[in-house]
Amino acid sequence: MGRAWGEMGTRVIHSLRARSRQDRVVAWVLRIALASVNVLTVLIAVGLLLKSMPILRTQSLGKLLLSSTWKPLQSQFGLLPFLSGTIATTVLAMLLAVPVCLLSAVYLAEYARSRVRNWIAPVIDLLAGIPSVVYGLWGVLVIVPAVRVLGKALGYSTTGYSLLAGATILGIMVAPIIISICTEVLRAVPTEARETALALGLTRWEVTRHVVLCSSRRGILAAVVLGFARAAGETMAVLMVVGNVPRVPSSLFAPAYPLPALIANNYGEMMSIPMYDSALMMAAFVLLVVVALFNLAARLALLRFARDEQ
Amino acid sequence: MNKRRQLEERFFRLCMVLSLILVLSVLVAILLTVFVKGAPALNLAMITQTPKGGYYLGKEGGIANAIVGSLCLAGGATLLSLLAGLPLAFALQREYSKRRTAGVTRLVLDVLWGVPSIVYGAFGFVIMQYLGVRASMLGGILTLTLVILPFMVRAMDEVIRMVPLELKEISYAAGATVWETSLAVVLRQALPGIVTAVILSFGRGIGDAAAILFTAGYTDYLPRSVMDPVASLPLAIFFQIATPIPEVQQRAYAAALLLLIIVLVVSLGSRVLGQRLARNILH
Repeated sequence: MGRAWGEMGTRVIHSLRARSRQDRVVAWVLRIALASVNVLTVLIAVGLLLKSMPILRTQSLGKLLLSSTWKPLQSQFGLLPFLSGTIATTVLAMLLAVPVCLLSAVYLAEYARSRVRNWIAPVIDLLAGIPSVVYGLWGVLVIVPAVRVLGKALGYSTTGYSLLAGATILGIMVAPIIISICTEVLRAVPTEARETALALGLTRWEVTRHVVLCSSRRGILAAVVLGFARAAGETMAVLMVVGNVPRVPSSLFAPAYPLPALIANNYGEMMSIPMYDSALMMAAFVLLVVVALFNLAARLALLRFARDEQ
Repeated sequence: MNKRRQLEERFFRLCMVLSLILVLSVLVAILLTVFVKGAPALNLAMITQTPKGGYYLGKEGGIANAIVGSLCLAGGATLLSLLAGLPLAFALQREYSKRRTAGVTRLVLDVLWGVPSIVYGAFGFVIMQYLGVRASMLGGILTLTLVILPFMVRAMDEVIRMVPLELKEISYAAGATVWETSLAVVLRQALPGIVTAVILSFGRGIGDAAAILFTAGYTDYLPRSVMDPVASLPLAIFFQIATPIPEVQQRAYAAALLLLIIVLVVSLGSRVLGQRLARNILH
């Protein structure tokens, strides 16, 4: 009897030891997995940088970024047309999207009843889930002809495949992300702040403008920056409507050629021309760095905002 | 004075409602356009046949190659992401890592989620070039995994983090180790959210074109092995809309409609399934 108990005791201890060993092993494996995510991030940046080294050795970064001569056959890889294309489409997209998104978000956060909000949130998510080629297809079918008509009416000769068409599609595509983050940010403002202002006799809009928007401006800015970064990296939809002519765009109705479109359009031929692949990978690296920095800044701002509101 | 303020209030409220209506009507317009254009082009041959000779001049055939290809690519990437992502999501919890490490990694994952998929595509291409592998289903799946992994991990992390501490403490008090608690209690409690995250990731993966443009290639045949190139719906839309032949453009519309239906079903499905599964857990 005593022996049996002893045996059982040792068995429990054994298995307990095994179990806690298993526990430690799992914890280590998970820790290593976590570290590998960070390693992977560095690896992506380093991989692209290594591929872009050949071209950086022959030409200076400043010259590559600021020259507007894009003649791969003559080894001239000025990225200025593409950088300006990206900046122009993205900034224009934000100008179109931000006011509409901000007003929508204010309505959802401050005015709408919770039933309306619960009904609209999934719909906005749906908009975010539509594949970018479908946006592109819609752009080709609807936005491009509309821009053509508008351009003709204003006296521009345009095919419709233009900066404005690209920016419009981008503006639509970033709307869901800006609206949902802004709504979240606005709703994080404590109700007491609103009630105090309402009690002072301010109208709802005045409360929104002077209290809510004012105290959440950092979060809203972060939402806009996130939208901006998303727009700068968006590829397929823009590629389909923007015209893709490697020239610094001269007007709203002129074609543009953003960086992601450049990368996507030329992968087929980049192996046959010397330095071409290196130039494209540098474009990808530049895109990665810019978008990652914007994202980082916005995320940090959102974290800080969340901490301040608590 | 009061009148002016009331006017201002009304004016801005009107602007807000109009803005929201504008956003919603764009969504409706997109859905309507794709349905109206795609529905007449969609028929059984479209779904069941692969492109035949002269297909790109408007002759016989369908986009079965792209449908099967897309399902394989997105399915494979979702499966890989789940295998890699679930442990990662657990690793972010405070049972396993310090608050600071977890915070930094969450930030890194958020930034990775914001990285354009064309950059992942370029990176995947560089790696495949380095290894001497040509465009293939495997390359596409791996690149797509990079695209959806950060989203999936962060989505699962958020639901796992919500599991109440008391629940875990009960399990610890009953003698279970941290790992056993994670498996038996936390995983079960977070399951509805995890399922939603996985389905949504699939939806993101199947719609992505930029990442697989270089890495998966395109072919007229059904996928046979993971080392062969594979067709996909987004690229089928992209290539076919660019041709001048109306019959081929019709197929782009049909492909877009199919893709949109898949994405809508996925979006709705994740919601319904998430709610249904949520009945089985503690609230």
